[in-house]
Amino acid sequence: MKKTGAEILWECVVREGVEVVFGYPGGANMPIYDAMLSYPVHHVLVRHEQGGAHMADGYARASGKVGMAMGTSGPGATNLVTGIATAMMDSVPVVFVTGQVAAHLIGGDAFQEVDVTGITLPITKHNYLVTRADEIAEVVREAFYIARSGRPGPVLIDICKNAQVEQCEFVYPETVKLPGYQPVDHAPKDALERAVKLIEKAQRPVILCGHGVLVSKAEEVLMNFAVKTQTPVASTLLGLGAFPASHELSLGMMGMHGEVHTNMAIQNSDLILAFGMRFDDRVTGTLKTYAPHAKKIHVEIDPSEVHKNVAVDVPLVGDLNTVLTDLVPMVDEYDHEEWKKQIHNWKSEADKRSIMNWPDDGKLYVPHLIEDIWKATGGGAIISTDVGQHQMWTAQYYALDKPNRWLSSGGAGTMGFGLPAAIGAWFADKEQEVWAVAGDGGFQMTAAELTTAVQEGANVKVAIMNNSFLGMVRQWQEFFFEKRYSAVNMLSPDFVKLAEAHGVPARRVTKREEVDEAIAWARSIKGPTVLEFRVEQEDAVYPMVPAGAALDQMIQRPARA
Amino acid sequence: MNYTFIALVENKPGVLNRVASLFRRRNFNIESLAVGRTEDPEVSRMTVVVDCPNGDMDAHKIEANLYKLVNVIDVQDVTRQPSVTRDLALIKIKVGPEKRAEVNGLAEIFRAHIVDVAVDSVIVEITGTEDKIEGMIELLRPLGIVEMVRTGQVAMTRGVNDGVRRVPGVAGNHRFEDMSELAEMAP
Repeated sequence: MKKTGAEILWECVVREGVEVVFGYPGGANMPIYDAMLSYPVHHVLVRHEQGGAHMADGYARASGKVGMAMGTSGPGATNLVTGIATAMMDSVPVVFVTGQVAAHLIGGDAFQEVDVTGITLPITKHNYLVTRADEIAEVVREAFYIARSGRPGPVLIDICKNAQVEQCEFVYPETVKLPGYQPVDHAPKDALERAVKLIEKAQRPVILCGHGVLVSKAEEVLMNFAVKTQTPVASTLLGLGAFPASHELSLGMMGMHGEVHTNMAIQNSDLILAFGMRFDDRVTGTLKTYAPHAKKIHVEIDPSEVHKNVAVDVPLVGDLNTVLTDLVPMVDEYDHEEWKKQIHNWKSEADKRSIMNWPDDGKLYVPHLIEDIWKATGGGAIISTDVGQHQMWTAQYYALDKPNRWLSSGGAGTMGFGLPAAIGAWFADKEQEVWAVAGDGGFQMTAAELTTAVQEGANVKVAIMNNSFLGMVRQWQEFFFEKRYSAVNMLSPDFVKLAEAHGVPARRVTKREEVDEAIAWARSIKGPTVLEFRVEQEDAVYPMVPAGAALDQMIQRPARA
Repeated sequence: MNYTFIALVENKPGVLNRVASLFRRRNFNIESLAVGRTEDPEVSRMTVVVDCPNGDMDAHKIEANLYKLVNVIDVQDVTRQPSVTRDLALIKIKVGPEKRAEVNGLAEIFRAHIVDVAVDSVIVEITGTEDKIEGMIELLRPLGIVEMVRTGQVAMTRGVNDGVRRVPGVAGNHRFEDMSELAEMAP
């Protein structure tokens, strides 16, 4: 049966299981929008394409499915770029579909023509320029397969307008033919054996649990491995939730703003088991002194990550779930009592400085607020963040026991991510409680999506941590630039009025005793709400490993006089 | 040190751009890149010579990153393998009739050919390894080279030998079952 290119696109997209698309129409994708009306796909009209990209990203992270976002040609497509790069850095499967000018106009600087495949080449896992209708079925099939398999990532399809309207015979391709793309599952047997030997010898092992654990759904087998070998588990920012924070083997977050005992454990370990993580500079500190006594086993699906930042002793290239499933029966049981006791001692020492032990001085501190939200939600909400101080505090104090509830832009560090990602996550599970924690700076970058939330009835709770500063930059200026504050004083609109103008109920909280009631109020309302917390202006995130310092050289919270 | 890679890629529009962009993105310098068709119309073959200051570690990085490109089918490092490498150069020399014989003599020694003769210039075509071509250029330079073009190196391993494949890549392509070499790279 003959169909238009636009119809073929939706035929294929629906077959991929897509239920919701985040997008913005324009001249070059109008045939796609016209055909969409005949298919069972819910479209969310965003207020800016960047918001749409982050929504698709948040949807993908929360659901484990492939997200989908659309934009028109030219500026529509370039507005997606930040969201594409964000998904790329965090290996999130999103398919982006952009309109393009007609094929015969390409290269002629036509109206709203931009070389989108050129621009997105280095920030997509793969991309396509489609000039004919008969290419669409195959390309869409491949795009979804590439996005979700192996190390996931964003794939962009740029479809010329003529290809959207031309007709051709529609045959759904049952298989994909990609001779150069075949992700591996199992690691070779002899490499596993060498890993087992290192595990046998280890006295002070530590597991580094990364985003890959979530991506390959390896939470259960990780638990089996950790418990059987009694190996403590430290988490990267994006690995949070993959191993329950309340488990006795959990060390919490590692790295620049990781916990003291966690970083100490890594630096003093004699074996690092890196599971689905990539030794980002934010978790290693200076590489010269990183875990100097440790042998390293790296389980990773992307061979280009092996030896990239840290040279390892045994690389196990394969799917984490598969590799760990192979590995668990091969290892013996251990107890590592002494090592765990040592880590516990580091923790007890560091906890003396914890802000959680501070007496109430009437001011609002973000760590306390995060804990309050955690308590109120039973630690079970999906929680998204922007980027900066509040992000680190949320990572530190919203202790997650379950996977796929933590949405944060880790690799790219994209401000403006929080609100749209939360809206996207709500579409993944509309019964699930969703909170977006944002700073006053990042919130303003995508605040217009509040209207999107209202239009869709998205039950998203926004908590703005307003310190009237770009807090993390201010903190760096305080620590490393002799407190010379440059361009960090931030005048914000009246967030309560701003929210109300969008039709969103909102409250401002300035005192500690108002907090619980305000959180309860927000939770009682069905639909989006905004809480603005006027927090202590010049608090800093501790501990902190300064950029370029060794991982155990942490600035700790000053003791209270 | 320069490493030589052979990459088989899908013969599709934009693949050369993807490969070139990858080297730029990962901060490697391409010394030469030659691309052309193969016996299979769906496959193109690239010979890429790249400066690898960190030796095998860089070579591993390049291979692994090339495999991240969906259109790359196979990558071999033939740097240390017995292989035939060839470069072709066209060199235009400003010489009048009185010195043509001298050029012709040099060309014969290098098994090069004079492929064009004009009133005051000749074009010499030479095929060979980089060293051989460099050698001839040095001798021609005093005569006055006015223009030169080189194809960049192409390479093929001898006999049934394959190049080194460090990355567990594509099924059926002698994937590296033994990862020990990769492990030994660790300093």
